[in-house]
Amino acid sequence: MNPNLKFLIGLTAWLVVQPALAALNIFACEPEWGALAKELAGDKASVYVATTALQDPHRIEARPSLIARARTADLVVCTGAELEIGWMPLVQTQSGNSRIQAGQPGYFEATRQLTLIEIPQQLDRSLGDIHAAGNPHVHLDPSNIARVAAALAERMVQLDPGETVQYRARAKAFLERWRQASTRWEKEGAPLKGLPIVVHHKNMSYLVRWLGMREVGTLEPKPGLPPTATHMSELLASLARDPAKAVVRAAYNEPRAAEWLSERAKIPAVTLPFTVGGSERAKDLFDLFDDTLSRLLAVQK
Amino acid sequence: MFKRKLIALAVALAFPGAALAQDADLAKIREEIRQLRGTYDQRIQVLEQRLKEAEANAGKAERSAAKAEPAATGTTARSGESAFNPAISLILQGTYANTSQDPNTFQITGFVPSGGEVGPPKRSFGLGETELTISGNIDPYFRGQLTVALTPENEAEIEEAYFQTLALGRGFSLKGGRFLSSIGYLNDIHQHAWDFQDAPLPYKAFLGNQLKEDGIQLKWVAPTPIFFELGAEVSSGSQFPGSDQNKNGAGGGTIFGHAGGDIGPSYAWRAGLSYLRTSPLNRAYEDMDSVGGAVTNSFTGKARMWIADAVLKWAPNGNASRTNFKLQGEYFRFTQDGAMTYNDTGGSAVFGAVTDSFNTDQSGWYAQGVWQFIPRWRVGYRYDQLRFETVSNGIVNNALGPTAADFPVLASHNPTRNTAMLDWSPSEFSRLRLQFASDNSRIGATDRQVILQYIYSLGAHAAHKF
Repeated sequence: MNPNLKFLIGLTAWLVVQPALAALNIFACEPEWGALAKELAGDKASVYVATTALQDPHRIEARPSLIARARTADLVVCTGAELEIGWMPLVQTQSGNSRIQAGQPGYFEATRQLTLIEIPQQLDRSLGDIHAAGNPHVHLDPSNIARVAAALAERMVQLDPGETVQYRARAKAFLERWRQASTRWEKEGAPLKGLPIVVHHKNMSYLVRWLGMREVGTLEPKPGLPPTATHMSELLASLARDPAKAVVRAAYNEPRAAEWLSERAKIPAVTLPFTVGGSERAKDLFDLFDDTLSRLLAVQK
Repeated sequence: MFKRKLIALAVALAFPGAALAQDADLAKIREEIRQLRGTYDQRIQVLEQRLKEAEANAGKAERSAAKAEPAATGTTARSGESAFNPAISLILQGTYANTSQDPNTFQITGFVPSGGEVGPPKRSFGLGETELTISGNIDPYFRGQLTVALTPENEAEIEEAYFQTLALGRGFSLKGGRFLSSIGYLNDIHQHAWDFQDAPLPYKAFLGNQLKEDGIQLKWVAPTPIFFELGAEVSSGSQFPGSDQNKNGAGGGTIFGHAGGDIGPSYAWRAGLSYLRTSPLNRAYEDMDSVGGAVTNSFTGKARMWIADAVLKWAPNGNASRTNFKLQGEYFRFTQDGAMTYNDTGGSAVFGAVTDSFNTDQSGWYAQGVWQFIPRWRVGYRYDQLRFETVSNGIVNNALGPTAADFPVLASHNPTRNTAMLDWSPSEFSRLRLQFASDNSRIGATDRQVILQYIYSLGAHAAHKF
């Protein structure tokens, strides 16, 4: 046979078979939900993660690669609450995949399972890029992960009922490990109670609430707007009255503003992995919380 | 019974003076309040206990998804007629322009005028198109969108008004109505999202800025890890290079294919090939003969176009917040075969109406790069060029009537243009742009343009195409 023809047949066969290999094709909008889906589905699913820990989930474009992956997805797991509003609606309509449209079981939003905080009293763009449904960066509170895990496992069951026993067993095992880990984290994190910190963006609010820390300022003048010189000097002045112990940013946030403040206010700049893949150590959800806590505790010492 | 006690209490509080009430009565009321408080404390404790249990249960995998949905408390319930209002967004635009040539004399010499408003903005202060977009899901099967452009001339134009299927599945989607054609790269991106104030020369000369047709479009996305889509459109073909044909069936059509993907985390690309075919009928443009008399030239025949497009985007680790770079380019080949009618009866009336063969084979391309060098600031450069190549005008060639001098718009000319821009975007919703261009669209004259532009977007958060 002509080698070109062979290659073509092979390629076609691979293209046809490839999406059918795993039972569930999962498209995760952010790394935390990708990691969670892997924990819950194990080898019953192939998980594609649309963004990395070094990317700002607000500012993603509907790239061709995302449309292609969404095309074959059985289940899309996103944060929701308008976090992905700049790209996911386009990916959904352009993919031609009816299973992952809003309202279908194949479209799962983590924030729908949770009670959000910081719901704006007033919706006005003069307040910056605010989210009407509340703060969408929910995953840095272990109890939120547990709630989303429970609902996500049931969604997997709904979409792939043949593996019901597997999904439920894995979910139960995961939640048990998670409960134990959460207890440990709460004990380890106890010294962080009351720790005053400055954050880059309001993406640490759930972490702050969970550990009982105190947010005394943000580097962004308004949500979603890059730090400005005026705002930074005002912040520095306010820290003189109400000092912070650290300035905290996510791996994807630009380092310069945090470094500037760290130098002027003589407080350490802490870079948190924020999500899975955001640091060497944060390889899964458990490591993510371990790493986050140890980085914060290093400040308190 | 509880109510009566409350009334008694209220009366007691409201008329302290009238409360010559006996101490015994007061004591009785106090006792009852204490009891009430007690029972309420108990009830609250029970509720708190239940809440704790509910929260604990929430962590259990056994909870069914059916229960999970109503548990969603994150969003506030809305009701009433406005609850289903579609998303509305508004684009405000305006310019201040200085041009060394009169914008009213703008032409792209060497190319049949495309009928669009392709010239530079008017001098001094001017309003751009104000765009109002209303969109939303119609039902589980369809989505709808309307974009109305309010022109500075106080007219409302329907830019787009289409439905799109949501539930065809298997990668298919169907669009119908009036929409921006998906040929090329820039064509289906709204003007306010372009990286320069105006369209590249090939878009101006060959598509009248942008091809938007009344018709239907079918697209299919392949189930492959590399993005691959195929699409076809049939339309009335009434917009340039077509014209209103007053016939049954489709007057024009396109087919296109796009492929795209990522190269590592930092690069993303898309490339495509498109083909357009239409049959203009008496597609007319105004010109002047050699003595300045008005002439109408109309073309009937076939028009075909090939477009190759490519775009490459770079952002360090795919994080475009701080810096990013975008390189894009498109190549056009445009051919027309048919007959031209030259008619000077409305002007010099020397030749009357003369018809002969008219064939063109012309091309054009542009390349541009836009670099965000710090947050909020971008700088860009564009070079565009049109190639006159072959214009075979039978009326001129047969040497019986009008000469080349009677077709000044079709004088042999290869237009070129250099454009540089700097823009500042305080937020995702606002942009100010300064653009300089040196434009040789007209034969024998260079138009130096300085354009200051603002673009503001209000309302629903737009999702921008790659």
